[in-house]
Amino acid sequence: MRDNCEPKIRIRGLNKSFGANQVLRGLDLDVQAGESVAVIGGSGTGKSVLLKCVIGLLEPDAGTIELDGETVTGLSKTSREAMMARFGLLFQGSALFDSIPVLDNVAFGLVSAQQMPKQRAQAIALDKLAQVGLDEDVAVMYPAELSGGMRKRVALARTIASDPDILLFDEPTTGLDPIMGDVIDKLIVNCVHDLAATALTITHDMDSAKRISNRIAMLYGGRIIWSGPAVEVDTSGDPVVDQFVHGHVKGPITSG
Amino acid sequence: MNFLAATGRLSSFTAAAISHCVRPPFYPRILFQQIIEIGFYSLPVVGLTTLFSGMVLALQSYTGFARFSAEGAVATVVVLSVTRELGPVLAGLMVAGRVGASMAAEIGTMRVTEQIDALTTLSTNPFKYLVAPRILAGILSLPFLVLVGDIIGVFGGYIIGVYKLGFNAGTYLQRTIEFLEPIDVISGLVKAAAFGFLVALMGCYHGYWSNRGAQGVGAATTNAVVSACILILISNYGITALFFGN
Repeated sequence: MRDNCEPKIRIRGLNKSFGANQVLRGLDLDVQAGESVAVIGGSGTGKSVLLKCVIGLLEPDAGTIELDGETVTGLSKTSREAMMARFGLLFQGSALFDSIPVLDNVAFGLVSAQQMPKQRAQAIALDKLAQVGLDEDVAVMYPAELSGGMRKRVALARTIASDPDILLFDEPTTGLDPIMGDVIDKLIVNCVHDLAATALTITHDMDSAKRISNRIAMLYGGRIIWSGPAVEVDTSGDPVVDQFVHGHVKGPITSG
Repeated sequence: MNFLAATGRLSSFTAAAISHCVRPPFYPRILFQQIIEIGFYSLPVVGLTTLFSGMVLALQSYTGFARFSAEGAVATVVVLSVTRELGPVLAGLMVAGRVGASMAAEIGTMRVTEQIDALTTLSTNPFKYLVAPRILAGILSLPFLVLVGDIIGVFGGYIIGVYKLGFNAGTYLQRTIEFLEPIDVISGLVKAAAFGFLVALMGCYHGYWSNRGAQGVGAATTNAVVSACILILISNYGITALFFGN
């Protein structure tokens, strides 16, 4: 019998190294069902590595990741492919497929993974595009013809196309101007709300983190060193968090 | 140590690629696109290469054989050389330069822009979607290309033999067919299938494991072409020894 308070995502003792560079050092993190958590941290601190371990693109060296109480680390490829259907991941650079039009990009997962008839998948894709504020004219365009903001919207539509219950966002506002960043953040909030999904975002954009998440966790030295409500991040009292949030040059975080 | 690691990685990649070629799901639309890309769009370059090679071969063998009055063997030398060696090897090398490089650049770009990761997150195995159709297309397209190249190459020899060296057209064609055996053509087609496999494998392998952004994609492209060319020449000897070693 499952505990009602069991987190949607439970990460315990996560370790990941690349050669001599130990990126994650016993990271622990819980994300409750329906919660939106933003993991903040400087460049190169392992935020993307954490996200890739959660979704299974990277295999951790040690530690466990559980989804709804089921361990997903060390799954076979077949089981991993089946589990992927529960996730939607918005990539930092959108990662749209260059060789196919926008509509096929959004419908890709439905056709390829769920074996849905193409016509039905495209109807859903059009609906999802409308949800992120894009019309049918964009559907026939190729990714190379789109601006950065539009690419991000298309990628978001693709992320939510299969109605996943866990949404992962990798630096969703990187490379966007502040206005477009705000637009994308609002779309993300709406999508998470509409799907009643659990969301895990990694970012170093503090404004975005506060807008998107209920809770913020600070990744430093390969571990989560602080976690609390998003509204409290400015007054956390933790010197590392304070330095990062306020962008001070002097403090415990050393550059390089 | 690095060499052993690279060999292990290539062996593992090859085994995975072959296994995904024979297990569903299949992507016939992508396979068809790749066959068109490799087989159809490579026709001009392969045709030109084999045409001029056949012409040069006729000219060279004539001047050589004339020294001991064996000019009559020109047609036979041309057809055997083209079907057994020049057709498959030249087509393989040309396709390695044209298609192998393109595959490595395309898949490499997909790697560095996270499109391959995106495939995985959309529950689509990149080996099935990207690698298997390209390898199958390479194996299926190269024999077709070589067959066409063989005909064009022999025709090149015929043009020089008849219109420049003064052979009788009927005699030249008779000599061409007289000593040609099925094994000559079959061995060339087997070589072609093997070369198609190697070109696609090297293009996919180097593209799949490329990194370090644009520089990495450039290096992957170069490595794909160079390694495919080397493997073509090595395997060419192996297959020749297999067919004609005794």
